[in-house]
Amino acid sequence: MRENSEILEEAVSIRAADKVFNPDSDNEVQALLGIDLDVKEGDFISLIGPSGCGKSTLLRLIADLLTPTEGEVKVFGKTANQARLDQDYGMVFQHSGLFDWRDISANIELPLELKGWSKADRQARSGEMLELVRLEEFKDHYPRQLSGGMQQRVSIARALSFEPRLLLMDEPFGALDEMTREHMQVELLRIWRETGTTVVFVTHSIPEAAFLSSKVVVLSPRPGRIHSEITVDLGDRTDETREDPEFFKATTEVREALRAVEAG
Amino acid sequence: MTKRKALRTAFTLLVTLVLFVLLWEGYKWVGQQTDDHWPGTQFGLPVSTDDLTMPHAGDIFNELTDEIRAGRETLPMAVYLAKKAAFTFLEAAIGFSLGVIVGLMLAIFMLRWRFAERGFLPWINVSQTVPLIALAPIVVTWARLQGYPDMVGISLIATYLTFFPVAVSGLRGLQSPDSSDVELMRSYAASWSSTLIKLRLPAARPFLFPAFKLAATLSVVGAIVGEISIGTKTGLGRAILDFAQRYSVWPERLYASVIAASLLGLFVFGLVNAAEWLVIKKGREVLK
Ligand SMILES: Nc1ncnc2c1ncn2[C@@H]1O[C@H](COP(=O)(O)OP(=O)(O)OP(=O)(O)O)[C@@H](O)[C@H]1O
Ligand SMILES: [Mg+2]
Repeated sequence: MRENSEILEEAVSIRAADKVFNPDSDNEVQALLGIDLDVKEGDFISLIGPSGCGKSTLLRLIADLLTPTEGEVKVFGKTANQARLDQDYGMVFQHSGLFDWRDISANIELPLELKGWSKADRQARSGEMLELVRLEEFKDHYPRQLSGGMQQRVSIARALSFEPRLLLMDEPFGALDEMTREHMQVELLRIWRETGTTVVFVTHSIPEAAFLSSKVVVLSPRPGRIHSEITVDLGDRTDETREDPEFFKATTEVREALRAVEAG
Repeated sequence: MTKRKALRTAFTLLVTLVLFVLLWEGYKWVGQQTDDHWPGTQFGLPVSTDDLTMPHAGDIFNELTDEIRAGRETLPMAVYLAKKAAFTFLEAAIGFSLGVIVGLMLAIFMLRWRFAERGFLPWINVSQTVPLIALAPIVVTWARLQGYPDMVGISLIATYLTFFPVAVSGLRGLQSPDSSDVELMRSYAASWSSTLIKLRLPAARPFLFPAFKLAATLSVVGAIVGEISIGTKTGLGRAILDFAQRYSVWPERLYASVIAASLLGLFVFGLVNAAEWLVIKKGREVLK
């Protein structure tokens, strides 16, 4: 896995990006306006904001699943399109999006298959990934035989399988209960530390954003704009961190920013 | 688990068969007692119960073991019909396979080009409103003029019936993946054809198999109707045609051939079911 000392470049750099859906029609929506955002390599940043403020849209711009109406999006110094073609990022959606007809290993191997890896290489890698997300015994199971949290871990393993430098996650733990969610957060941080991947993480949850991130980006709604960026430094986080006064301070800061946003 | 299910299906089939025979004989018996009237009324029964219209179920089954002269040899009726059915099965199988290929190609074509969906789908629907009785002689005459064996024309008629459900359900199935699954493939920079092979076709299977089942039974119908309209020398269609002409003297025979046709339909349906089980059932059961 990559060394953290390589941290030099901007992983993501967005300049004056606007996104308008269905321009010049009755259902025109200005989803994002004047977004400037930099994510350093190795960072873990969260995007938080009220529902419909454009978090998923922003993530899709980075992923080149959408193109900005104005402005530019660079990923590792390249256009977002080039970065997608180079497979610089892995994506995790809110619903795990595993393919029912593939067993767990085959799901993890999907991106490797598309890249034309040999069967032996694929199996070796999916084995490592299963170990990383601690699901070795389940490699021959099918997605429906796994709990929601386990499926989400497979989805993370799949996104990491080809060692992308950037991990884009859209409310990956949104559908999980609180205990599983907290467990998954600790797991994600462990994986993040072990792999040195840069993470952009969309969430609705204030404690989740504060716990995970080195920087929380708060978006204001319609049109989505960056309201504020809150730097968090909780050091090495464990479950005890959740009872730490520093953690409480961080959540309070994020909460107040969100209140300010909601108040308009 | 699945063995038990197969046994249960066989048992259900048997029970319904017995019930049907009881109903048939019961109705016949009542009709015979009341001279084809509803008991205690002046109202006539919808179907008269004489031995010509409704032969005894036992006589029909006996007919299956009776000898029939076919050319120079004599065979039990069941064997005779099985031979005819084997020929019809071959025609139906060719028609089915062609229909599946054509249907899938149309579905993929319509998926790839939206204008094709708009331009083709109405015509595909219209195609199925052309009565088979009118279409069959056209296809058959055409095939004969080209010097093809009759089997070609007959299989094409079966194809004509089978491609339709495959094309329509196939298109729906190919379009069934969530947009997030499609985005996932896009995030891997997967080509259109990789997305088709790794995502859309596997996702279409639950839509395709019901269509295949329908198509399989339709292919038998198509083959029989094709045989009848072409007047082939062999096949179940031929047997049905012959026995229909002599229905007034020997009704049991026509019933026997109709039973053979249903059994053939059931057989092809079972084949598709088995294929489905092999292809998609594994892994779908949730761990208990
Ligand atoms: N494909 C689309 N076409 C038209 N409008 C869209 C599309 N996608 C998003 N929008 C609009 O853009 C706005 C932002 O949507 P987005 O999904 O980015 O919000 P979000 O912050 O992710 O919301 P949530 O927290 O509920 O997931 C919304 O008003 C939405 O209606
Ligand atoms: Mg969203």
